[in-house]
Amino acid sequence: MKINLRYFASVREQIGIASESIDTSSRDLSELRNELIARGEHYAIALSHGKAIRMAINQAVSSSNEPLTENAEVAFFPPVTGG
Amino acid sequence: MYLKVSIQTQDFDLSQEVENLRLGNSAIGAICSFVGTVRDRNDGDQVSSLELEHYPGMTEASIHKMISQAKSKFDIFGSVVIHRVGLLKPLDQIVLVAVSSAHRGQSFQACEFLMDYLKTQAPFWKKELTPQGHRWVDARVSDDQALKRWGIDSANA
Repeated sequence: MKINLRYFASVREQIGIASESIDTSSRDLSELRNELIARGEHYAIALSHGKAIRMAINQAVSSSNEPLTENAEVAFFPPVTGG
Repeated sequence: MYLKVSIQTQDFDLSQEVENLRLGNSAIGAICSFVGTVRDRNDGDQVSSLELEHYPGMTEASIHKMISQAKSKFDIFGSVVIHRVGLLKPLDQIVLVAVSSAHRGQSFQACEFLMDYLKTQAPFWKKELTPQGHRWVDARVSDDQALKRWGIDSANA
């Protein structure tokens, strides 16, 4: 299925792009994160399991077992630091 | 009821925002506001500038959600939340939260709740410039604990 990825803050800098569209066979966020880590060094550094990474589907923060849906907007970002 | 949520690069005027919140509702007897500003030090280092990034769309949605939660918890009338993004310097204003209510207790509490919520739930990220170079600001566990006081579990940091 096709999904739209968005990266923010340190994740965006490490991967080197802010957004991309991909075809994926991953069923949930956990599988997708592993799929991205396997894409190369930049992704592996940005999304490494040792790091606190937050994920959102269609702009709502979601847990790693949340299923993906066709054309979903999926975002990866570090813990938030506003205010 | 007056409601304003704005993510903007330009500065804001506290008096003007409070006046907009106050006018037109004679049931208001209290307005509480909080302004966050840029410090020149963080984690022991000099900070010469701060760059704020956010997730357009999700940011506004998360702020509207936190205001509706505040309305269900506290007896408040209107709310204003303004958060600046882009490049900021020490002394600059970053964030404004203002709430109106009939009596002071509810707006004091709602204002603090909104700030605690914003700190850990709204998708903003700060990058600071120190003499050692740029670095992303780390989230604080104390901010998660602050939100927990209101009965909301947070695991941001």
